[in-house]
Amino acid sequence: MFDVNRIRKDFPILEEKIYGKPLVYLDNGATTQRPLQVVEKMTEYYLRYNSNVHRGVHYLSNKCTDANEQAREIVREFIHAKSTDEVIFTRGTTESINLVAYTFGEAFIREGDEIIVTEMEHHANIVPWQMLCERKKAVLKVVPFNDKGELDMEELRGLLNERVKLVGVAYVSNVLGTVNPVKEIIDAAHAIGAYVLVDGAQAIQHIRVDVQMLDCDFFVFSGHKIYGPTGVGILYGKRNLLEQMPPWQGGGEMIKEVRFEKTTYNELPFKFEAGTPDFIGVVGLGEALEYVKSIGLQEIAEYEHGLMDYAMKQIREIPGIILYGDAIDKSSVISFGIEGIHPFDVGTLLDKMGVAIRTGQLCAEPVMQHYGVPGMARASIAMYNTREEIDAFCEGLRKIEKIFKL
Amino acid sequence: MTIEEIQNQIVDEFAMYDDWMDKYAYLIEIGNGLSAMDETHKIEENLIKGCQSRVWFHVDLRDGKLYFEADSDAIITKGIAGLLIRVFSGQTPHDIVNANLDFIDKIGLTQHLSPTRSNGLLSMVKQIKYYALAYEGK
Repeated sequence: MFDVNRIRKDFPILEEKIYGKPLVYLDNGATTQRPLQVVEKMTEYYLRYNSNVHRGVHYLSNKCTDANEQAREIVREFIHAKSTDEVIFTRGTTESINLVAYTFGEAFIREGDEIIVTEMEHHANIVPWQMLCERKKAVLKVVPFNDKGELDMEELRGLLNERVKLVGVAYVSNVLGTVNPVKEIIDAAHAIGAYVLVDGAQAIQHIRVDVQMLDCDFFVFSGHKIYGPTGVGILYGKRNLLEQMPPWQGGGEMIKEVRFEKTTYNELPFKFEAGTPDFIGVVGLGEALEYVKSIGLQEIAEYEHGLMDYAMKQIREIPGIILYGDAIDKSSVISFGIEGIHPFDVGTLLDKMGVAIRTGQLCAEPVMQHYGVPGMARASIAMYNTREEIDAFCEGLRKIEKIFKL
Repeated sequence: MTIEEIQNQIVDEFAMYDDWMDKYAYLIEIGNGLSAMDETHKIEENLIKGCQSRVWFHVDLRDGKLYFEADSDAIITKGIAGLLIRVFSGQTPHDIVNANLDFIDKIGLTQHLSPTRSNGLLSMVKQIKYYALAYEGK
């Protein structure tokens, strides 16, 4: 049985006072908080087991190596990958996408090829592809969305042709909250022989992901958006693709044999993990996924869905509110503006009331341009948020209206 | 008045407000009261870019003193710009370059000084000091 009060006890930060007021943390789209279980596990490893992975003959090194590889298995199971060979540890979503853009790009992209992204992508799923296109003289195409924040699927189908090699799409938009029909996109892309990278940064903590069911070629996410540590992320890739892709960074760990004449590379997944990984962060990520699993993603999704409905209903009643993103399938993110008030002012004043939200361009300038606004304010929820917090947030917005009307 | 005297005056004014809400309401009032910037001065080279809000600063040198104009699309930022203009407009480049800005801390706006892209205050102060440095030798 989902019990938000019990869950909140695992997150001591939620008890903090900000300027003497109870913290209302609604910036979960930027980063979620970590439960005690994750912090304690990592602390335990720092204090008792720290030792470099994959090379020691001694007890501690083996202990850390085991934990690192166990975490890989936890991730594999969590996203239902076929094999741990397909699970690569990176520093985060951004690095995962850059890795694919670089190495998939080296192996598969030729002059004149096309890569498709959507108008609602985070900069991390735009810029690496632009850089790749520049390197390879390939062409970047963009699928637009309508004012409700839904992708124009007709347009997407129109763009798919035999020159398209890859489609990059967010599962959930970090600005609009739109849950994109990724399965439909993947099937359509595969039908013309293109591959698909799904940016799962805003989905992994809210939606059950099964990479085999989706049949996506790449799936990426960050640990810190699913109650895990910062600095650790995942690249899932289909084995046959990863095998064809050259290594990215060279160094220790990723090699089989080093000779000055010729170096050979390690097997998957290590081929893409040069250097000492953040193995304690990896352990923390594994623990975070176990924590989520113990509560149940289905239960989390249901609770968050109810909270979102409540929040959307409340916020619609605030005078002067402008909502961005009203897709039928919407998750966890509420981007908004208040008529006549700059989002920076909204965020600054909410902060003074203990309410943490994000403001600005949200790393998605094309979305700002779509609506013709300099920025937005964004509240994003997680499983530990409550209706009382939504009330406090809405109360704050009303107060701001008042301050501005003085 | 000297830069220091003006700063003290601002600190006294803000001391009248116990409540942060009143302080920000006052900042908003200052922002709203800031004289309109000459539209021809709202150009790219006068723009201080941040992730959060846009701020324009324009400077004129008259009789050895600098006179600033500013505007922002966010009203709190504009209020802060208004405070800076009050402190620095009509001062010599030399005095501006050498000024300590302790009033920001004293009136409780230090959070706006953190060096993130989100804040305008630090970049505004920097820009003012750059202008002053550029004019100091002239």
